[in-house]
Amino acid sequence: MFSGVMPITLEQGLAYALVALGIALTFRVLAFPDLTVDGSFPLGGAVAARLILEGMDPYLAALAGTAAGFVAGCLTGLLNTKLKINSLLAGILMMTILYSVNLRIMGRANIQLLTIPTLFTPFEEMEISRDIPVVLFFLVVVLVVKILCDWFLHTEYGMAMRATGDNEQMIRSLGVNTDTTTVLGLGISNALVALSGALIAQDQGFADVGMGIGMIVAGLASIIIGEALIKPKSVFRLTLAAVVGSLAYRFIIVLGLRLGLAPTDLKMATGLMVILALGIPSLKRGGEGKIHLRGV
Amino acid sequence: MLVLENITKIFNRGTQDEKVALDGLSLTIERGDFVTVIGSNGAGKSTMLNIIAGTHQPDAGRLYIAGQDVTKSPEHAMGRYLARVFQDPTLGTAAAMSIEENLCLAELRGQRRGLGWGVTRARRRRYRKVLEVLELGLEDRLRDKVGLLSGGQRQSLALLMTTLTMPQLLLLDEHTAALDPKTADKVMQLTDKVVRENHLTTLMVTHNMNQALRYGNRMIMLHQGRVQLDVSGEEKANLTVREVVAKFGRTLKDETLLSAECD
Repeated sequence: MFSGVMPITLEQGLAYALVALGIALTFRVLAFPDLTVDGSFPLGGAVAARLILEGMDPYLAALAGTAAGFVAGCLTGLLNTKLKINSLLAGILMMTILYSVNLRIMGRANIQLLTIPTLFTPFEEMEISRDIPVVLFFLVVVLVVKILCDWFLHTEYGMAMRATGDNEQMIRSLGVNTDTTTVLGLGISNALVALSGALIAQDQGFADVGMGIGMIVAGLASIIIGEALIKPKSVFRLTLAAVVGSLAYRFIIVLGLRLGLAPTDLKMATGLMVILALGIPSLKRGGEGKIHLRGV
Repeated sequence: MLVLENITKIFNRGTQDEKVALDGLSLTIERGDFVTVIGSNGAGKSTMLNIIAGTHQPDAGRLYIAGQDVTKSPEHAMGRYLARVFQDPTLGTAAAMSIEENLCLAELRGQRRGLGWGVTRARRRRYRKVLEVLELGLEDRLRDKVGLLSGGQRQSLALLMTTLTMPQLLLLDEHTAALDPKTADKVMQLTDKVVRENHLTTLMVTHNMNQALRYGNRMIMLHQGRVQLDVSGEEKANLTVREVVAKFGRTLKDETLLSAECD
C-alpha cells in the first residue's frame, strides 16, 4: 500500500516547495496576504506550455513563465500601493483577471505536452527510473532558490523589504519607499509561484486553466506544518520551514489518498487542516491566539 | 536650518469634526539648537513633528530644511535630512529583526540600498563598539531579536540608531513618556549626551515641564496651533516650572504638565 509513496512525495513536495517559498515571502516577510497565487501558478504553466507548443526551448519557456508571474505580482502590488485597494481584494482581482488571461494565452482550457519534448524528456530516455533524475532536478532548483532567497533577504535591500513587513512606518522614516519594496516583493513571490507552475506543467505533461485552484490554501498548510516542525527564528529557518512543510504536506496528502481519501475531497481536507491549525490556538487562549502568523 | 512658514493644518475639513491643528505656525530653528516643545493636548505638537517629518502635508505654508523647500517631500524622502524617535518604543525598531540588523537599517538612512550584504563583519565590529556606550550589555546580544528587549532598552537603541548617521535634524516625539521614571531619566541623560557631543539640531516634544526646562537651549510652548511662548539662553535657564505655571496655568490645563510642579 505504501510502495511508491516516497518518490511521489519527494517529487511533488519539492515541485510545490517553490509555491510555499513564494507564499512565505508575501505572508511572512512582507506580512501581505497575497491571493494572486491561484492565478499566477497557472499563468506560469500557461505561458510555458504555449511557448513550448510554439517551438521555444523548454528552459527558456519556464523562464518566460517566471517573468510573467513577476509582472502579475507587481501589478497586484501596484493595485494595493498606488490605487490603495485592500491587499486581499487586490489579490482576488488579479487572480480573477488572470483566469481570462490564462485562457487567452493558451487559446483553450488546457494544453497537452505529452507528445512534445519538455525539459523532462531527456530524463525519460535515461536507463534509470524517471523518478530519480526528476527528484534530483527539483531538489537542485529548490536548493538554489532557497539559497538565493536567504542571500537576498540579508542584503541591504532585502533587509529593507523585511522591515517593510515588520515596521513599515519605521523603515519609511529611514528613507525607504515601502511602495517599491512591496511591489517588488510581490513580484518575486509570484515569479517563484509561476516558476513552479511552469515546471509542474512540463512534469505532468499538461497545463490547465484550473491547475491553480486551492494553491494558496495548500501553500499556507505547507507553511503552517513547516513552522510547527521548524521554528522560523531566522530567515534561514523560515525558508527551510517552507520547503520541509511542503514535503510534509504532500506526504500527508499522498498517504491520505492511499488510505482512501477521495481526490475530490482533497481541497476540503486541506482547508480543514488550515482552519484547525489557525483555530486551535485561538480556542485555547480564549480568543487571543495566533502567535506571529503575520499576514494570516 | 529649519524654517516653518505660516504652516496651517486642518483635519477633517468641512465636517463636524473639523479641527485646526496648526494655525499659521511660523518657527525658525538655528543649526545646533536643542529646542524643547511643550503644550497641552491638542496644542499641535505632534502635528508639527508630523509635518516636519513629511508624515502629513500642510494645507498651507512652506517648510524649509537647510535652505531646501521640502514642503511637498514624502516621508521616505525626508529620511535624508532627519531622524526621529517615537513615543512608543515599538515604533522605532523592527521587533522581528536582530539588534545588528536594526542598526544596519538605520545606518543606511536616506541612502541607496543595494544588493550588497547587509551586516558585514566590519559593520558588526562597529556596532559592538557603538553599543558599549549604552552600558546595557547589548554589545553581547547583537543577534538577539529586538522584540526581546525591554521598553527602555528599545528606546535607547532607537536613539543610538538615529546617531549612526548624523542627521541634520533630530526629532524626539515624547520619547521618554512611555517609560518608567527611572528608565526615562536614564534615556533622557543619554539623549542629552548624544545631542551635545554631536551638536545635533534637535526638536524635543515633551509632556514633562521639568525636562523641557532642564534640557536644551530654547523652549517653545504651543497653544492652539501657534507659538505662545519662545524663550532661550539666559532667560530659559532662569525660568522655573512655578513661573511658567503661574503665567500659563490656565491655558495649559494639562494634568501631566501641571503635575511636574510637584516633582
